[in-house]
Amino acid sequence: MGDGEVSDGEVGDVEASDREGSDADVGDPDVDDAYARGPDADGPDVRGPEAGGPDVRGLDVDGPEAGARAGSDPVAGDPDVDEVLLRRLTPDVLGILVRRGAHFAAAEDAVQDALVEAVRVWPADPPRDPKGWLVTVAWRRFLDAARADTARRRREGVVGEEPVPGPAPAVDDTLQLYFLCAHPALTPSSAVALTLRAVGGLTTRRIAEAYLVPEATMAQRISRAKRTVSGVRLDRPGDVATVLRVLYLVFNEGYSGDVDLAAEAIRLTRRLAAVIDHPEVAGLLALMLLHHARRAARTAPDGALVPLAEQDRGLWDTGAIAEGIGILGAALAHDRLGEFQAQAAVAALHADAPSAEETDWTQIVEWYDELVRLTDSPVVRLNRAVAVGEAEGPRAGLTALAALDDSLPRHTAVAAYLHERDGEPATAARLYAEAARKASNLAERDHLTRQAARLNARPGSR
Amino acid sequence: MAKYLMLKHYRGAPAAVNNIPMDRWTPDEISAHVRYMQDFAARLEETGEFVDSQALAPEGMFVQYDGEGRPPVTDGPFAETKDLIAGWMVIDVDSQERAIELAGELSAAPGAGGKPIHEWLELRPFLTAPPTVTE
Repeated sequence: MGDGEVSDGEVGDVEASDREGSDADVGDPDVDDAYARGPDADGPDVRGPEAGGPDVRGLDVDGPEAGARAGSDPVAGDPDVDEVLLRRLTPDVLGILVRRGAHFAAAEDAVQDALVEAVRVWPADPPRDPKGWLVTVAWRRFLDAARADTARRRREGVVGEEPVPGPAPAVDDTLQLYFLCAHPALTPSSAVALTLRAVGGLTTRRIAEAYLVPEATMAQRISRAKRTVSGVRLDRPGDVATVLRVLYLVFNEGYSGDVDLAAEAIRLTRRLAAVIDHPEVAGLLALMLLHHARRAARTAPDGALVPLAEQDRGLWDTGAIAEGIGILGAALAHDRLGEFQAQAAVAALHADAPSAEETDWTQIVEWYDELVRLTDSPVVRLNRAVAVGEAEGPRAGLTALAALDDSLPRHTAVAAYLHERDGEPATAARLYAEAARKASNLAERDHLTRQAARLNARPGSR
Repeated sequence: MAKYLMLKHYRGAPAAVNNIPMDRWTPDEISAHVRYMQDFAARLEETGEFVDSQALAPEGMFVQYDGEGRPPVTDGPFAETKDLIAGWMVIDVDSQERAIELAGELSAAPGAGGKPIHEWLELRPFLTAPPTVTE
């Protein structure tokens, strides 16, 4: 995964972004949202709107080096075990073990073992205190493993420090786990995988499916990530910005395979927002909710992208929109603006418009001005050019566009859109065809090719 | 079972019969084409013959080792390269006859005017692991 450029593509038609999370997720006037957080993200969801819910079909009980146990998924399908509860408790339990002095990698293994045990035992003998039960069992597993380990002297050194029931920790265990999994020493792809595994409670197999790589590859990636952070002490708060970046990458990846990464990102961000009061965390959660709310409208039944302006707004999830706007309002009240809040504000303005024609583009341009100030990102400037084109007319948009590097992803698509609006269909058709050749994903390519075809098919153009 | 690669070319294959570029089709013709391709892949998944399908961007580059301590040399993209792969589908089928049958179906995908493109697809068998029984 590359460095995901954070930008709101709201404006344009197509918010493209590629799998690598590069900064392609800009708004392009023609497909907007269809791409919104990336083609895989909210992109073409041909399986229907039900995909929005949290994915709870399987619990991550494969064990950390999941390759060894691939194929067994003891939790999935067992009606007697509360999978949602187990996955929710996973980071808490792991955080407690690490706080007690267990090395992260070993603790993570032990927690997975405890989850498997829970699935076996709970149906017949449900614990009164599920979390306490998991901590007890996981800690016992950790001690057993440490004793059995050939490097026992080293392990016992660690074990000797604990367990000591100490005062309540100053920083929430779960929060520390987020920091650890997004540690700056990790590459973005490693941080994403580790977060989904250790905080999200997903199996290695399912993470591999989501990212379309072999399971052995993902198992290695996670193992290496665990080694990288195994020496990190969780005694100081980390940087919230790195955590947000990882969650944003997960959300942007969106939807591929059987795992709904967008929904998972929302779940994890919601959890984070519950343990830390930070306006950018709230801003990111609002941004995700507002984009996710439009998911059902983003693709036609045949999988084709539907531009924002053409979306059936009746398909938008008004509950998610209301929640997103509420969260954003509370965040903005802190008066500590950040890029996620500003992006969410743009999304909120779109969500708030009863029709595309009634969109408050002037205010959207103002938010992009804020974003330019906050990030100085060329991708944001590209989005801004689209918004300017809507607010002040295509000529003004083209002028804004002319100031930008034309090698920017989606630059050509934006130019095509603005030229069409400016009454130059032949130029627009040529640019759409060129933009299609440069597209970084199939859905976007098809969409842009259709736009070119639409203009080429007009009377007198052949 | 034997795996076959069906290669689709941007350039380098003999000209198709219905050779009008896609941006000169109507939007409905594009939709029909996309649907045909999706249905084709879905059908192969149902029959248990689908392995993988990927599309490639038209522009890439050549990369070459340039000696110890030096960064790799890159070159291209070459506009005149004769052969340019657009994408592929990998199938796992019982026979070469079946592979040919499927490639023929894929080549019949509709293009301009809703008529089959008759695109030439390159069909290449995978080299396999050696058999256990050798005598």
